[in-house]
Amino acid sequence: MASIEILGLEKTYMVGFWRKRPKRALQPLHLTVEDGEIFGFLGPNGAGKTTTLKMLMGLVFPTAGTARILGKEWTDPEVKAQIGFLPEQPYFYDYLTAHELLDYYGQLSGVPAKDRKSRIDEMLIRVGLTDVKGLQLRKFSKGMLQRVGIAQAILHNPKLVFLDEPMSGLDPLGRREVRDLILQLQQEGKTVFFSTHILSDAEALCDRVAIIHRGELQGVGAVEELTKAVQGKVEVVWQGTHVPASIKALSGEFHVAGETARTVVSESQVDVAIDALRRERLRLVSITPVRTSLESYFVEKLQHSQTTAGKSA
Amino acid sequence: MSARKKTTIIAAACLLVSLSGSILIAQHVERIRPHDIVDDALYITSSKMVRRASLGFDGLMACIYWTRAVQYFGHRHFIRERSYNELGPLLEITTALDPHLLPAYQFGATFLAPAPPNGAGQPERAVELMYYGIEHNPENWRLYYDLGFVYYTELHDYKKAGEVFEEGSNVPGAHPFLKVLAASMAEHAQDFSTARLLWSAAYQSSQDTSIRQNALEHLRAIQVDEDVTNLQNAVTRFVQANRRLPTSLWEVVTAEHWQGLTVDPDGIPYELSFDGKVLVAHPDDFPFATLGLPPGYKPTPKFHTQG
Amino acid sequence: MNARIAYIASNTFREAVRDRVLYNLIAFAVLLSAAAIFIGQISIEIERLVVINLGLTAVSLFGVVIAIFVGIGLVSKEIEKRTLYTVLSRPVRRWEFIVGKFFGLAGTLVVNTFFMAIGVFGALLYVAHRFSSGDSSILIALYFIILEFLIVCALALLFSSFSSPLLSAIFAFSLFVIGSFADDLRGFATLTHGLTRWIATGAAYIVPNFSTLNVISAAAHQQAISWQLVAENTLYAVFYAAMALSGAILIFERRNLK
Repeated sequence: MASIEILGLEKTYMVGFWRKRPKRALQPLHLTVEDGEIFGFLGPNGAGKTTTLKMLMGLVFPTAGTARILGKEWTDPEVKAQIGFLPEQPYFYDYLTAHELLDYYGQLSGVPAKDRKSRIDEMLIRVGLTDVKGLQLRKFSKGMLQRVGIAQAILHNPKLVFLDEPMSGLDPLGRREVRDLILQLQQEGKTVFFSTHILSDAEALCDRVAIIHRGELQGVGAVEELTKAVQGKVEVVWQGTHVPASIKALSGEFHVAGETARTVVSESQVDVAIDALRRERLRLVSITPVRTSLESYFVEKLQHSQTTAGKSA
Repeated sequence: MSARKKTTIIAAACLLVSLSGSILIAQHVERIRPHDIVDDALYITSSKMVRRASLGFDGLMACIYWTRAVQYFGHRHFIRERSYNELGPLLEITTALDPHLLPAYQFGATFLAPAPPNGAGQPERAVELMYYGIEHNPENWRLYYDLGFVYYTELHDYKKAGEVFEEGSNVPGAHPFLKVLAASMAEHAQDFSTARLLWSAAYQSSQDTSIRQNALEHLRAIQVDEDVTNLQNAVTRFVQANRRLPTSLWEVVTAEHWQGLTVDPDGIPYELSFDGKVLVAHPDDFPFATLGLPPGYKPTPKFHTQG
Repeated sequence: MNARIAYIASNTFREAVRDRVLYNLIAFAVLLSAAAIFIGQISIEIERLVVINLGLTAVSLFGVVIAIFVGIGLVSKEIEKRTLYTVLSRPVRRWEFIVGKFFGLAGTLVVNTFFMAIGVFGALLYVAHRFSSGDSSILIALYFIILEFLIVCALALLFSSFSSPLLSAIFAFSLFVIGSFADDLRGFATLTHGLTRWIATGAAYIVPNFSTLNVISAAAHQQAISWQLVAENTLYAVFYAAMALSGAILIFERRNLK
């Protein structure tokens, strides 16, 4: 069963002061997210990720198109009881404490009074916020606020969770914790839809991703599928200052520093490079992947859309 | 129907119902509100303080106070009140805020000076107001007229009235009747023709409905007074000629060889009392008449104006 | 549905109570009541009059200021600052949000009025040394002031639903000033003719009629206020507030939140 079915949602804004001109924030989008998936919504800033999320949340009204969430119309208020939402850089009522905020949200989400207190304590521990009793949110750090945001998104045990840039504001340890949390959520049978521009997170977590740029969907699919076509780059380092001609011919990217030389070649060319070094009896120091394959795919897609846009512009 | 559509329809219906409801209630409340509270809520009676409180919006405040003065008087007159204590302060504040608000002076002359129930009974205050107006509007001949008017009608100071009319007639652009009035004051101050002239002038030169109505009533009253005087003189002549009172006014008409029986401005014939006094049939219709009133008659105000 | 409105209302109330601006305004109002005692000593007879007039006027004015600035802060600010996102992503209808905010704000003002009124009664007790039965008019005057607040809150919400905090404050305050002169506006309308009269009369009825709700002078003179007036004013305030709130809901339901 599909958790989310986006059927042609689009958004055009009228911009300008006197004569309003249309500005397309989102081209008609068609996307499906399956039950139990961790789905990544990728794209650079301003691509239309947040616009899409806001439309699904009913905060912004689409110019055209509809969507179904958990089998119901996305405007159905009952749907909201089963979804959780973490907005980008969330703001909360800073005069409340974390407990009060979660209590308020719990009330609004219909969490029964008798369960609320225990659920709140549980959530706070889960997102790693201990020792915040009586502390007003205005005193929280960015990272702490992000954790509160995640807590309020999963407080009422929703079946589907929307996260807009969940890692922002967190240190590496925090990001690791959130990654684990997302995996846990999947294990609990929830579907997670999150948007990000950090590809390594997407690569590590997502079953499927969609890439969006300039309001247009560039590609959708399982991570492996997408990256199969694109090869990553590898950095080869060896001792000595001589660069074999065959290596030079491969990529033209080489550099000599002190007693070592390095070059960057694509994955498929690694064997050729190593052979060249062996032939010349040069000692291999290291072979390191430089760019992840998803990133390459991403960049390629973006450049492609840029040129298409440039051609049509 | 989507939830949003439902909400829209309900909210729109609610809006229309509450809009109509609030307007209807507002109208009803107006009727039941105790108006003396409104009248006596002239909390700040000092014009200097009002000026300061207006924060420079003198003109606007003057308009507001002027509107209130008119409403105040009109309302109280309609409900047959006998006191108009706030009229003086209201007009003074209005003119303090805007000395060029000419209608206020005219209103003061007409309704501040006469005795209750037709006015506030404060002719001296009215005179002060006029002088203030003249001081600030020296090129306005009408104010001289209003001032002279007060001297004539309420203070009965015909000499002063004459002086004022004369002064006013010298203002460039003054209406010729000022000169005429000045002359009449000298010799024929108490003639009916002079009074008629005065009130006709008041009627012609004003735009304000209540002032015109007031002048009209005075003209009617003058007619009655004049008629009664003439009739009474005729009765006296009859008595002298026949040594008895006439049985009715018809006898007088025949004796004087008049065309017909004199009728009052409403077309109703005058009557003769058993003791030979000429009386007007419906004194209530002529609130300003001084002659032809039955003995012991107390006038009750009955203006033809609305509240 | 009712539960959610109640939750939103109580949260709004809580926010208002924790806003320090509120306390400053209340303190000032109470101070003014105290000051009235000294001003009244200009003349022995009018001491009482001054205390009640000045005190109640202070309650009214400060209350309106609170209603406008805190109220607009509560709603416009919320819309601008995106705290609304996490609320509306829950099963909360947009209209419930508006209605909840209204009750929270109204509740805040009732409580404020209560405290400020204590200041007035305290000052009155000081100058008059005891209460008399005619002072019950003061309670009615206070009740009418609260009705005024309800209307102002609803207007603040109406303007917040579509305009920025600053503009909303300006509009709401302007309507309050014009509404206080509603009687004069109506009087002006009767003196005009034709199209001007239509426009003026229309305006006189659309603008909130705060003159009918102002019986401060009557209370000062211990005049009785009819129950009919109380009932009708209550009805008027309810209708007017409902009108403004309906407008707010209609607008807010359609608004794209940036």
